[in-house]
Amino acid sequence: MRAVVTVVGKDKTGIIAKVSTFLAERGVNIVDISQTIMDEYFAMIMLVDLSCASIALSVLADECETMGKGIGMSIHVQHEEIFNAMHSV
Amino acid sequence: MFNTQEVLETIDMIEREHLDIRTITMGISLLPCIRGTAKETARLVYDTICQKAENIVKVATDLSREYGIPIVNKRVSVTPASLICAPFSKDSAVIGKALDDAAKTVGVDFLGGYTALVHKGMADYERDFIESIPEVLASTERLCSSVNVGSSKSGINMDSVALMGETVLRTARLTAAQDGYGCAKLVVFCNAVEDNPFMAGAFHGVGESGTVINVGVSGPGVVEAAVRAAGTDKNLGEIAEVVKRTSFKITRAGQLIAREAAKRLNAEFGIVDLSLAPTPERGDSVAAILETFGLESVGTHGTTACLAMLNDAVKKGGIMASSKVGGLSGAFIPLSEDIGMIEAAERGSINMDKLEAMTSVCSVGLDMIAIPGDTPASTISAIIADEAAIGMINNKTTAVRVIPVPGKGVGDEVNFGGLLGRAPIIPVHNESSAVFISRGGLIPAPVHSNKN
Repeated sequence: MRAVVTVVGKDKTGIIAKVSTFLAERGVNIVDISQTIMDEYFAMIMLVDLSCASIALSVLADECETMGKGIGMSIHVQHEEIFNAMHSV
Repeated sequence: MFNTQEVLETIDMIEREHLDIRTITMGISLLPCIRGTAKETARLVYDTICQKAENIVKVATDLSREYGIPIVNKRVSVTPASLICAPFSKDSAVIGKALDDAAKTVGVDFLGGYTALVHKGMADYERDFIESIPEVLASTERLCSSVNVGSSKSGINMDSVALMGETVLRTARLTAAQDGYGCAKLVVFCNAVEDNPFMAGAFHGVGESGTVINVGVSGPGVVEAAVRAAGTDKNLGEIAEVVKRTSFKITRAGQLIAREAAKRLNAEFGIVDLSLAPTPERGDSVAAILETFGLESVGTHGTTACLAMLNDAVKKGGIMASSKVGGLSGAFIPLSEDIGMIEAAERGSINMDKLEAMTSVCSVGLDMIAIPGDTPASTISAIIADEAAIGMINNKTTAVRVIPVPGKGVGDEVNFGGLLGRAPIIPVHNESSAVFISRGGLIPAPVHSNKN
């Protein structure tokens, strides 16, 4: 199963390192990454694969949210289907 | 890979614009539970609901976390209870209590279906049942009731309209300590739909399958933000397109959740109801959308036209997005549940007559309107008759959910709290409709209903 991780917040050093390490520790594989800076704001979107993950998507979503708060970023983890459904016909 | 803009747009909709799945409603048929006595039937009713809806709260919570979209309410709707109670109609209240107990056990906030369908005639068992509604609503917590008094095909049953005026008033009096709160759980319909997931009017029609998942999606804030972002130089045709596109996206999210919920709950996927259902929170208002179209205040001239366009555009976007759109799908205009409507009522820019006009083009009817406690039953019946007439002639669902607040009058305010909100009490006409209502009988179905 694949999910989309969205990381948004004020830009600073080491965000990608922190998030990707956090995901790797939980067996979550990053399939694709796109990242931009918009008006000093960092926005990263990762497509991740959870088939080898050690935890369920809902748990990962909660953990990432908490971790994000710790580094001052807003992190969402959502099943990829929600984006497919809303933005493609 | 996903388009960054699209992903961020979705997150914005959820975080800032109150996009949510308003309700996952499990429809359950109780027809197999009917036995000869109230006690036996009540036990089966309770067991059936507890068994079928056992996991509804857990599944909704899981889905909400996995897809990152809030699922606000978990609910159950059941077969119109007047049918279940027919063999022992004097003891209907026993079933009412069993339904309420089951709702508490499975953890849903409302259970709908303490319902009677009396749009053409009213059998003795149905009269008994309707007479039990005030006591049942006063003694239960989560049970919702509805009564269908008319349809485009059958006409308007004015005997049931007369009875419902009295029933609404009696319900208010029995719940006087909570400002007539019982009436917030009682809807009088014309052309009631059998797959509506929204309360208080949800019930599980007899034409439905055994167990069904219906999902109600909402998002007035999302539509308002999209219209605002479109700017003031767009013409109305272009604005309608913006609304349509936005409701498409919202409905797609609902369809995804509905399918997944149905699979996990071992039920059939019923319908997605895309209704712009406001809450009293700012940024979650249907009135605000109409004002964004260019009205100084909802209620002023032009309101009906704006609402008609909104309602239609919402439906068009929804129909394109889902294989099964149903329920009420359109815009709700409950007074106490919409901050824009509340403020318009406080300013005096909206009144009963304008609200009635608006209901001829919105998806439901006169909803959550507080009226003076000394309003006569015949006046309430006449309000119901007017609404039913609009529904009957226009082939649409209309409803009345008014609260005659005991001991309060125009100038007072009532506060139900939470999603039900607050409302200033608005005036009704003082001239009597008593003779009209006392005539009873059937207002015949319109000529255009004879289609066979």
